[in-house]
Amino acid sequence: MNNLPIYMDYSATTPVDKRVAEKMIPFITEDFGNPASRSHPYGWTAEKAVEEARRNVAALVNADAREIVWTSGATESNNLAIKGAAEFYSKDKGKHIITSATEHKAVIDAFRELERLGYEATYLTPEPNGLINIDKFRAAIRPDTVLTSLMMVNNEIGVIQDIKAIGDECRKNNIIFHVDAAQATGKVVIDLEDLPVDLMSFSAHKTYGPKGIGALFVRRKPRIRIQAQMHGGGHERGMRSGTLATHQIVGMGEAFKIAREEMEMENQRIKTLHQKLLKGLTEIEEVYVNGDLDHRVPHNLNISFNYVEGESLIMAIKDIAVSSGSACTSASLEPSYVLRALGRSDELAHSSIRFSIGRFTKDSDVEHTIKILKEKIGKLRELSPLWEMFKDGVDLEKVEWAAH
Amino acid sequence: MAYSDKVLDHYENPRNVGSLDKNDPNVGTGMVGAPACGDVMKLQIKLGENGIIEDAKFKTYGCGSAIASSSLVTEMLKGKTLDEAESIKNSAIAEELALPPVKIHCSVLAEDAIKAAILDIKNKK
Repeated sequence: MNNLPIYMDYSATTPVDKRVAEKMIPFITEDFGNPASRSHPYGWTAEKAVEEARRNVAALVNADAREIVWTSGATESNNLAIKGAAEFYSKDKGKHIITSATEHKAVIDAFRELERLGYEATYLTPEPNGLINIDKFRAAIRPDTVLTSLMMVNNEIGVIQDIKAIGDECRKNNIIFHVDAAQATGKVVIDLEDLPVDLMSFSAHKTYGPKGIGALFVRRKPRIRIQAQMHGGGHERGMRSGTLATHQIVGMGEAFKIAREEMEMENQRIKTLHQKLLKGLTEIEEVYVNGDLDHRVPHNLNISFNYVEGESLIMAIKDIAVSSGSACTSASLEPSYVLRALGRSDELAHSSIRFSIGRFTKDSDVEHTIKILKEKIGKLRELSPLWEMFKDGVDLEKVEWAAH
Repeated sequence: MAYSDKVLDHYENPRNVGSLDKNDPNVGTGMVGAPACGDVMKLQIKLGENGIIEDAKFKTYGCGSAIASSSLVTEMLKGKTLDEAESIKNSAIAEELALPPVKIHCSVLAEDAIKAAILDIKNKK
């Protein structure tokens, strides 16, 4: 393990908790039955396990087990919720849909697809702190608005949206409200008895469960209908056909059960680590935290390092596994669309790093990360003519660059 | 992205990092690129009494290939006359560092930096 970088990318995915893996294994080998088989004990055992997992997922978010539909992950849940609800309700209500410019691609691209099919979409620009302004949301509502989709916790900057306030507006205006909570489970308390949310997406692998399994909450009271996007054997009350992946489902159930039991304690510990990381990194000059610091999960810290170029920064910190604001694609660097939507310059978006910590992050990992960052940022700035100019008091905005 | 060993070597151990006195009549400064494009190179050369480049320094804001290109160029420049320096082609830089096609622009920028530094020193004469 010594050659592997320190894992600081929990928002990308989390390791499966060993307790979860142990619970899953028998359902791959001995208890392999199809939960839809009604005529023998193989099927009954599998079905019992699936229903127990369903109750565990529902319990984490204070929902009824009958409101949980299994999917392959949050991307599928988002697609099913957005396309399924838009299709079902647009005939009566209209074809206007609202989301934000900082959503996950699974939501943005589902919206783009609906636009192609004749829907009109509004992409709200959040405030510079990443939060949606409720007045701007209100102003975007039209009589024909049928659906709104917003994420609870942002995957890049970790900010927590005011789901209750936005949901209340949706209720008042008879708008179906979908929330992508993939990054929220186990990090913030979700109470669907209280939240005015109609559809909510979940993923197992962001919460120490396996990849390839997720769920969609579909409210029963008042009853929300969606058009199936996957047709077949009529599983999951016709909303999502396909043989249930028992072992994956068992894993998700166990992961969510552990999350419910341990999140309060765990988040205390992660908060302490977050404060340590934040304090250490903001001791470096000219750094900018991206996203609101108060309305934020402590698992995420997204920081831009000024006067350092993004790609060389990634090269410099290869001993830490993090995500960068610049997706290093083939030909050119693509600055993060989320940070651009917050009004960050290309340079600051490029030089941003998302640190995301979790259950297995140690105190020493945080200390080591701070040490490496201080050293490498210092080294790159020694190399940077922009840093030299900044230190000499040159206003870089006023320099006439020979663009190429 | 995979980097060649030579790029990594120059990136890990950049040669001739620093600044020369830009007001010295024997120092030429070339600054090329733009922050918004992701690369800025500052290259400085110092001419000796005999018309030979006796020192070269650089600072670069940019990717590993941009840093390596400018670091390599400072090594190539030392001991050359201005005419010899002017004939350095980006292809030689790209070839020496085994730059992939998407990073050729880094070597082009390094060549531009040489030309800008030479122009600056000529303007001072």
